[in-house]
Amino acid sequence: MTRRAVRWVDQRTASAPLLRKALRYLFPDHWSFLLGEVALYAFVVLVATGIYLTFFFVDSTKEVVFHGDYYPPLYGQKMSEAYASVVHLSLAVRAGLLIRQTHHWAANVFIAAIVLHLFRIFFTGAYRKPRELTYWLGVTMLMLSLLEAYLGYSLVDDLMSGMGLVIGYSVGLSLPFVGQNLMNWLFDGMFPGSPRLWPRMYIAHVLIFPILIGLLLGAHLLLVAMRHHTQFRRKKAQTERTILGVPAFPGQAPRSIGLMVGTAGLLFLLGGLVQINPIWLWGPYHTYSSTNGAQPDWYLGWLIGGLRLVPSFDFTIGHYTVVPNPFWGGAAFPLVVFGFLYLWPWLERRFTGDHAFHNLLDRPRDAPVRTAIGVGVISWVFLVFLAGASDRVNVTFGIGYVSQIWVYRVVVWVLPVVFGLVTWWTCKELQASEVVVRERHAAESEARLARMRRGQEPPGDPGALEV
Amino acid sequence: MPLSRIRNAMVSGLVLLLGRRRRRPRPEDTRMVPAMPPDPAAELVVLGLLGLSSLCALGFILIYAFGASLPAETQLLGIAIGLAFLLFAAALVVVALRLVPTEEVAEEYPPHEHPGEQQVIAEVIDESGTRLTRARLFKLGLFGAGGTLGLALLAPAVSFGPLFHVGDFLRTPWRRGRRLVDENGRPYKASDIEENDFYLAFPEGTSDVEKEQMAASLVVIRLPVDQLRLPPRLKGYDAHGILAYSRICTHAGCAITLYRAPLFQPDEPRPALVCPCHYSTFDPATGGTVTFGPAGRDLPLLPVYVDSRGYLRAKGNFDGPVGPSWWGVRMWKAQP
Amino acid sequence: MRAVLIFTVLAAASLLAATSARAAPGAGTPKDPLAAYGYHLYGQYCLGCHGPNAEGRYKEPSGATGAGPGRAQGRQGGIGPSLHGVGALAADFYLRTGYMPLRRVGLQPRRRPVFLSKHQIRALVAYVASFGGPPIPHPKPELGSVSQGLQLFTEHCAGCHQVVAQGGYVTGALPPSLMQATPVQVAQAVRIGPYVMPKFSKRAISDRQLDSIVRYVEFTKDPRRPGGWGLGYIGPVPEGLVTWFLAIPALLVLCLLLGRRLRS
Repeated sequence: MTRRAVRWVDQRTASAPLLRKALRYLFPDHWSFLLGEVALYAFVVLVATGIYLTFFFVDSTKEVVFHGDYYPPLYGQKMSEAYASVVHLSLAVRAGLLIRQTHHWAANVFIAAIVLHLFRIFFTGAYRKPRELTYWLGVTMLMLSLLEAYLGYSLVDDLMSGMGLVIGYSVGLSLPFVGQNLMNWLFDGMFPGSPRLWPRMYIAHVLIFPILIGLLLGAHLLLVAMRHHTQFRRKKAQTERTILGVPAFPGQAPRSIGLMVGTAGLLFLLGGLVQINPIWLWGPYHTYSSTNGAQPDWYLGWLIGGLRLVPSFDFTIGHYTVVPNPFWGGAAFPLVVFGFLYLWPWLERRFTGDHAFHNLLDRPRDAPVRTAIGVGVISWVFLVFLAGASDRVNVTFGIGYVSQIWVYRVVVWVLPVVFGLVTWWTCKELQASEVVVRERHAAESEARLARMRRGQEPPGDPGALEV
Repeated sequence: MPLSRIRNAMVSGLVLLLGRRRRRPRPEDTRMVPAMPPDPAAELVVLGLLGLSSLCALGFILIYAFGASLPAETQLLGIAIGLAFLLFAAALVVVALRLVPTEEVAEEYPPHEHPGEQQVIAEVIDESGTRLTRARLFKLGLFGAGGTLGLALLAPAVSFGPLFHVGDFLRTPWRRGRRLVDENGRPYKASDIEENDFYLAFPEGTSDVEKEQMAASLVVIRLPVDQLRLPPRLKGYDAHGILAYSRICTHAGCAITLYRAPLFQPDEPRPALVCPCHYSTFDPATGGTVTFGPAGRDLPLLPVYVDSRGYLRAKGNFDGPVGPSWWGVRMWKAQP
Repeated sequence: MRAVLIFTVLAAASLLAATSARAAPGAGTPKDPLAAYGYHLYGQYCLGCHGPNAEGRYKEPSGATGAGPGRAQGRQGGIGPSLHGVGALAADFYLRTGYMPLRRVGLQPRRRPVFLSKHQIRALVAYVASFGGPPIPHPKPELGSVSQGLQLFTEHCAGCHQVVAQGGYVTGALPPSLMQATPVQVAQAVRIGPYVMPKFSKRAISDRQLDSIVRYVEFTKDPRRPGGWGLGYIGPVPEGLVTWFLAIPALLVLCLLLGRRLRS
């Protein structure tokens, strides 16, 4: 029966040679190679749950009065149709809250998985020739995902996300020379924009960005498949020329499908058990309202840290406000980080002179400078991220906010250098200890061989020593 | 006879569930996938997990259909479907670890490049152009036409919004003589504004949509006159100590809804208007100067006066554009 | 004639005595036994900062430091305010929450375990009330509307206390969570404006509006959590922690399980 099905497909699509190659496509074996897959499956859950949500969401900022008996605190309040539709979906549609919360958890996990996957790629040197293109597609997808997620939770028009939206607008405004024209254009007028703003955001979130991410994802996976996956040098058979791995079928298939189903299961479990973004509690957004303790989702927390740390100044030349304050923390900071990510393969090539093809991965310790710089940049971003939560630290632990800000202003520049240096030294030490072990192993093998020749030891493999 | 049919059905069912087919393996040298011993125990575990998964999925459907009266409906639904997926995943994990032939295959990476094909491709492209005598000009023409065509197709995007017109940034709904009203349209009297309190105010006659304009909302406070230290350009902007500031922070546009109002001045921090987003702190006594936080510009102040019947009215427009900073924010004054 | 004169003099004298008794109660122990006991306690716990006659001590410069959570404000201008006219409303609030006695001048008053007994508090309240001022309020949240309460709370309170009353930060102070605030204490705090909190008179927030606010604050002590574990109702920070410390480790475990298939 299998034969009949395969025959049917091949006769109609001429794809048997391709399918044969695909079935036996090799996956090198390491748990960290599955991180990208986790992100992919989170994306699948996002699209699936997202389609459901589009059947309930109303992308309109028209003012309505809430008349839902199911939630008294909002009864009689004026709000946008968009907000009312999400409250309705969450509290009055069966399984609506489950799907909505699963969607939001999936977004959080999606970006976390991408970040971990990026770390793995960076610290093992997988971005090197010939895979720079794959890497650049990935970095672009990260950037698009951040914007997509921001758009997604801003669409709800609740008090917290509305504050986040005006901050995003202000960062756009702070782009030198062109900021106000650009934002006027994008928002169709000064904030809060025209009634056309919300449909724009909606179409961007449900059509334009998903298609872009989908296309890039397809190209990314295609390139991985065509160049084949990188591998660690764990066994003698694994070299630059020879790949050792598990075939897609039957070996890898249950693994990957299991990971997909498991990711979906975990996300649904979270979606049902842990409340996320309870927008009915925040109330609707108005430009004249705000609340204490408003924070963006974690993946934009580095930006709020940046915005809070920069001291008070607009850079002016005469009457011209060339660089308003939010630019540094909200635009320059991410530009530098993404610029670093895009440029890194080229920078590394230039400074190490390494233009060779690489199919084998480095362990982080094998490239001390790269690992050190990576740790430095990550700690820079992470320290700024921590600074963004210092008001909650004050509330919870009593450490003064103003003091924290001043300490962070110094620490975000000093500590990354320190961490980088410590990392570099650690890698060097690890490498040195391996050399010692190797030399000792070689010396002991020689001694054993000599003893064997003299007949003082039974014959055998001189290198087969107890470790 | 129905009894024998039932018996047959039961036997078939038992055979299906418990019977195992001993598969005769093909000779080693013709196999594509290596032969490995069966693991019946693992098979049973997988079947069990799949069965449990089905039960959970069924449970989800039942809870969805009949669970309206159950408390914690979302949690039960989430547990049902989540477990259904996770048990399925567990089954697949067992399949992957125990039931699928474990093989480690070696093969060559694809070649770094294909010089032969590259050569052919390059030659095809080059040779195709041999009829042209003005190759460079043609390239220029093509790129020129393509580029201008692209620009033309992009041109209508300009209409998305007022790309070239930033006059709105200066405009406010405030006019001289316009009364200050609260959220419900009730006009404020000067006597309504008490010390140590802060008030939300809008221009009289604005609709709900117009209230959302950044330049519409105010935070109104009253300070003792002897505490005021307004700079000369803002002299007379207060009405016997009543100050009407823009409610929109000049850093990133959040509403200023924090007012630090000391009860016992000698021991406590001075009055301040604070923004909850990045804690830009403005001193209302000195005209909204920034005392902490990232805001780069003072908080705009609307001049107010008290009319003959005691109502608060705007005396003019803000001393500067409202909202976050942009290129021209220091070049022009706010306009009606 | 002489009788009229004597009567006038006696009436004037008693009037003088009566008014002077009100104007300077410190001149003697209050007549009311409860207030008298309060006067005795006042001398023990409050006199140092609030001065004799509860007049306050703010005319002399003070070397005390502190302002805001543990930070020095600079030279303090005074030590303690006058309690004339604050009434039972304020005394009851500060004593029942443990805000007073204050540990250190200039620090933000925080909730502390109350070591005074209920009777002692009542006595002190009676003593302070003898200087005049508003009585202890009795809000009626059941007459308020939770929806009105949310709107009023968002407009007047959420900026400092966070929209679900979980507390927050303002430069120089820590507006507390209202989880432990009783309805009476909410009503009291709104009218007093303790530390750097604004003070809302009946003109700004009527008693009926205050009922709605109190009703909303009661609601925030256990807001509905149809979505599951509430995570403190403060938004994305705990959600991010769950993502990185719950979801990601679980997925990493799954990866580790699936990833090492080949045993070499």
